[in-house]
Amino acid sequence: MNLNILFDGLSLGAIYALIALGYTMVYGIAKMLNFAHGDIIMVGAYTVLCMLNLMGSPIVALVAAIVLCTAMGILIEKIAYKPLRGASPLAVLITAIGVSYFLQGLAQLIFGSASRQVSHLYLGTFKLGAMEINVGTVVTLVVGGILMVALTLFVKKTRTGRAMLAVSEDRGAAQLMGVNVNRIIMITFAIGSALAAFAGLFYLMSIPSVNPTLGAMPGIKAFTAAVIGGIGSIPGAMLGGILLGMVENICKSIPVVSDYTTAIEFGLLIVILLVRPIGILGKKRREKV
Amino acid sequence: MEYFRNIKESFKLKHYTNYIAVAAALVLFIVLGSLGALGRSDLVLLHRIAYSIVLAVSLNLVVGFLGELSLGHAGFMCVGAYIGCYFAIGISDKVGSPLLVMILSMIVGGLVAAVFGLIIGLPALRLKGDYLAIVTLAFGEIVRNVFKNLKLFGGAMGMQTYKISYDQKTLYIVSFLVVLAVLFLVQNLIRSKHGRAITAIRDNEIAARAMGIGVTYYKLFVFVVAAFFAGVAGVMYGHQVSLITQDTFSYNYSIEILVMVVLGGMGSISGSIVAATLITYINFVLQNQLSGDLAALKLLIYAVILVLVVVFSNAPALKPLRERFNFKALLRKITKAHKKPGNISDDEAEWNRVESKIKMDELLSVDFQNSKAYTPDKKSKKEGK
Repeated sequence: MNLNILFDGLSLGAIYALIALGYTMVYGIAKMLNFAHGDIIMVGAYTVLCMLNLMGSPIVALVAAIVLCTAMGILIEKIAYKPLRGASPLAVLITAIGVSYFLQGLAQLIFGSASRQVSHLYLGTFKLGAMEINVGTVVTLVVGGILMVALTLFVKKTRTGRAMLAVSEDRGAAQLMGVNVNRIIMITFAIGSALAAFAGLFYLMSIPSVNPTLGAMPGIKAFTAAVIGGIGSIPGAMLGGILLGMVENICKSIPVVSDYTTAIEFGLLIVILLVRPIGILGKKRREKV
Repeated sequence: MEYFRNIKESFKLKHYTNYIAVAAALVLFIVLGSLGALGRSDLVLLHRIAYSIVLAVSLNLVVGFLGELSLGHAGFMCVGAYIGCYFAIGISDKVGSPLLVMILSMIVGGLVAAVFGLIIGLPALRLKGDYLAIVTLAFGEIVRNVFKNLKLFGGAMGMQTYKISYDQKTLYIVSFLVVLAVLFLVQNLIRSKHGRAITAIRDNEIAARAMGIGVTYYKLFVFVVAAFFAGVAGVMYGHQVSLITQDTFSYNYSIEILVMVVLGGMGSISGSIVAATLITYINFVLQNQLSGDLAALKLLIYAVILVLVVVFSNAPALKPLRERFNFKALLRKITKAHKKPGNISDDEAEWNRVESKIKMDELLSVDFQNSKAYTPDKKSKKEGK
């Protein structure tokens, strides 16, 4: 097996994992499927594109993308999801779909539906033994790893993080213990959206073109990854993301199989849910009457 | 005499409003068509409305009556369109009448889609709520991906169906008749013993199981029936276009059907019909009016309407407002105005006082554990600690 393929798969997996973290945290805490999360990546990617054209510095572009995506995440939560707290999950899901359409429509209206190329983000390659490694891949892996470790530490060690765990365990009980549930949900959306901004930048590093529906497919795949890993579980999202990224890249490298990559990825989801309906690292919940 | 009196007593006009409405629309359009008032695009629109109604009504069976969320309806439609139309192209030379070809291919397409429904339903129905949604979504994408790569069906270029394209002037009549047939089947299913079992599962699965209802059987049954109708709709679609491509059946399309069901009201057949008609009409008009990048405007309008309608009709804070401007309540006021007060004809009112329904989110979410219902089991555990 070519090591390059595995390495690229790992990097793609890190992108999926970053997106999947947003899904899994929101699902765990707000108990909703945030369909618009994929489109936050698209917003991040367009922000990066604009800032690169204006300022030329990737760091400034990243910061701008993080700020805008976070603001966007909070705004969406306040306007579209908060009024529906306590309503049926189906209603919230439909609203999320509406928000997703809205973001796509807005991007299409502003930037047009044609793809735009991003040229400044190619960082060159270097050789390590027999492998030719893209610097962008290394950056993705390192930063992605740091973010995941930081998030895990944040959730486990800080007061806010533990409050998040408490809310995901039992919202009512957490509220009784003095946790401000609305604030925690807002923070969750903010963190998820900030991670999506990172994912948007890294996505552009591997595929340097932007269009309004850019976020849809990675979004769905990352959600698949989150479910494979066990939705609601942070290590599960990382594991699922990396697994899915590896599978995707390996499938794409085999000639006949490559046409069926999407089918194999989603097939993997169905198989895993059949063997273990709660995902690999999901927690089992007992059903009581 | 007894028999006829029973029929007369059990006859309720509201059970037939859907048929009457659809049939009246059909007659109206046939008259308009024979006068030459319908253009080509109007005929296309009518046909599109017809198969959208079939799609929405069949998805309503799953979402509204069974209470399970499916995001793969377009996948079943895709199976029906490809297989049914492939079959139709195959037999079109041997069978002379295009109408017979269409009917036969609808049955074949529907049956194959139903088999797929069984295949995906068997494993998927072990799952609940959002998990089921994501698995059905995955199924739709798998189907699309496979059909894209099968050379037999034209591969990524799509399958050409000009050979079986039906006479556009009469296609809508056939499709409206199909709508009537689907309505007849679905409404009779819902009002039968099986239909009550299905709604019982939606209202409380555990209670339904305790009453001896075969939950798995009925879930699978509904899934298969809905898949069958989606397959039929796919064949209807294939007879109008000249090229079937897999792009059409992306999950966005499944979502569009779901939106029809939700906007029309889950568990309301009439609602599905109205919403499917409206949304298809709006889509059609906007699609023709807005070209190029302005098409985004359609997406924006669509999104804003969707969010506003869902927030207004579901937000807990807006409940008093909703009750004041409720269409049903208004209707009840008008109809009750000329009834004698205190004279309640059936035991419906008695029933409404009993809290028999559990909330949708308890049904759809995975964690039954968090339900706030009083459970003696929980308490004894806490005491034990």
